[in-house]
Amino acid sequence: MSANAGSRTDRRPAADPCAGLPRLASVTSPDAVVLEELRISYGATVALDGLSFAVPAGGVTALLGPNGAGKTSTVEICEGYRRPDSGRVRVWGLDPQRDGAALRSRVGVMLQDGGIYASARALPMLRHLASFYADPLDVDDLAARLGLDSVRATYRRMSGGEKQRLALACAVVGRPDLVFLDEPSAGMDPQTRLAAWDLVEQLRRDGVTVVLTTHLMDEAERLADRVVIVDHGRVVAEGSPAGLTAGLEVLTFGATPGLDLAGLSARLPAGSTVLETRPGHYRVEGDVGPATLSAIGEWCSTHGVLPRELTTGRRSLEDVFLDLTGRELRP
Amino acid sequence: MTTSSSSPGGLAPRPGAAPRSRILAAQTGAEIRMTLRNGEQLLLTLVIPVLLLVGLSHLPADVVGHSPAIDAVTPGILALAVISTAFTGLAIATGFERRYGVLTLLGATPLGRSGLLVAKTLGVLAVEVAQVALIAVVAWLLGWQPVGSVPAAVVLLVLGTAAFASLGLLLAGTLRAEATLAVANGLYLLLIAVGGVVIPAGRLPATVEPLVSLLPSAALGQGLRDVLLHGESLPLGSVAVLLVWTAIGGVAASRTFRWS
Repeated sequence: MSANAGSRTDRRPAADPCAGLPRLASVTSPDAVVLEELRISYGATVALDGLSFAVPAGGVTALLGPNGAGKTSTVEICEGYRRPDSGRVRVWGLDPQRDGAALRSRVGVMLQDGGIYASARALPMLRHLASFYADPLDVDDLAARLGLDSVRATYRRMSGGEKQRLALACAVVGRPDLVFLDEPSAGMDPQTRLAAWDLVEQLRRDGVTVVLTTHLMDEAERLADRVVIVDHGRVVAEGSPAGLTAGLEVLTFGATPGLDLAGLSARLPAGSTVLETRPGHYRVEGDVGPATLSAIGEWCSTHGVLPRELTTGRRSLEDVFLDLTGRELRP
Repeated sequence: MTTSSSSPGGLAPRPGAAPRSRILAAQTGAEIRMTLRNGEQLLLTLVIPVLLLVGLSHLPADVVGHSPAIDAVTPGILALAVISTAFTGLAIATGFERRYGVLTLLGATPLGRSGLLVAKTLGVLAVEVAQVALIAVVAWLLGWQPVGSVPAAVVLLVLGTAAFASLGLLLAGTLRAEATLAVANGLYLLLIAVGGVVIPAGRLPATVEPLVSLLPSAALGQGLRDVLLHGESLPLGSVAVLLVWTAIGGVAASRTFRWS
């Protein structure tokens, strides 16, 4: 596993999120997925409301959004399970509805609800699916990578993590060049999640295009070359994790609750704001620079306040996400 | 870690489907194995029909209305075998596969939805061949001496399979899996008792007889008795009833079937 151990801890270079990506596929192929103005409603609920984005060939694209944002509908349309009310879908240049037969041999799918026979055991199920493909992965090797080789239980008696790993294995056993993973690490324990992430990173390195839906920021930040943030059936932002969080510095510190925010704010350089996110936790956003730091220091010294755990840094993807999608709870 | 190819992670894309015949053979084999390994399915498809065959063959001739009883009972048991596999077994298995997303997943593989339907059909027919063989051997040991045309009986068995499979898929594609389980088992028992399968519709109370004889169960049971017990040629009335039910079930199922 030595080749993979490094990638687990390495952060991808911030400047060029595509560095190290196999370029061959993107030169010779069109975009893997192109979605234009997709609209779909279920009764009175508008699930997709003019959603458009493209997934370049190669690399990992994360579809990030709160519950009910339209992530699963988007993936199901790409897989040909759903027909949009209007809009255009192309997967490898083909229409999933019309050209489903051509796409089915090259697209791998991991469903949220598994899709595996309740009575099936891991290896026989993988062997069975492998028999549908001309040149499938070696089943024993794949099972060993995901720790499924020692799982003897039937699917109905597997743990949540085992079920997820088997569903992931089923999605890739046919050597697809495009994989859709719907909430791949939902219900996974930390070990299982690392194994799954490892596999996704290997797929990416081998030139497989991966589209995954998630609402986990660390998953998107860790795996994705590109993040598409979806809310209320529309794309609200897209870009690399580094690009989405660039230029947005924050400063946080702790102090006694109830500081005079208006007074502090008046001392800060123009373009920055301060708020108390939780009692005793302060957050300065906007044009945060050295002058901000010195202004806070001065104000604190005048008012006899000792800031604790003062840190500056880039906003996290979670900050961007919550700013774009709001902080209210979703049903 | 072993790598199975020159790509760093051994996962480089090499998409491509296996030959269609191999895919269908693999899925048909899986369908058959799942039926034969499932205890409840075996009870339904083999144990109950054989027990009924043995039990009913020992009834007095005046109760059955024919002597020897085995000649009158066996055609009905063959009809019951078809109902158990093509209707009850198919509906329950498909209902739960739909609930667990198996239909969705397999529909996205090179097998596809049409391939899945072909494999299910072949699987049902293969299990029925095993059922008919077992029932015929047991009945023969009990003294069964069938008359009539084997091809006509086969036509009836195939038409009965079509009618009951379309009705089974109609249930599986619309109801919740638990409801499908209950309805499919309930109808199986109800049809054994009063569906004209084993007990001819003519021996039921006169008020229900005309209604029951329009059921696919009665058409199949009576058709097989007409051929194998009375030596008649292909009974066109039974054929017509089974075709109408196939059309009703087929059209309704194809319009309402939800894959997920």
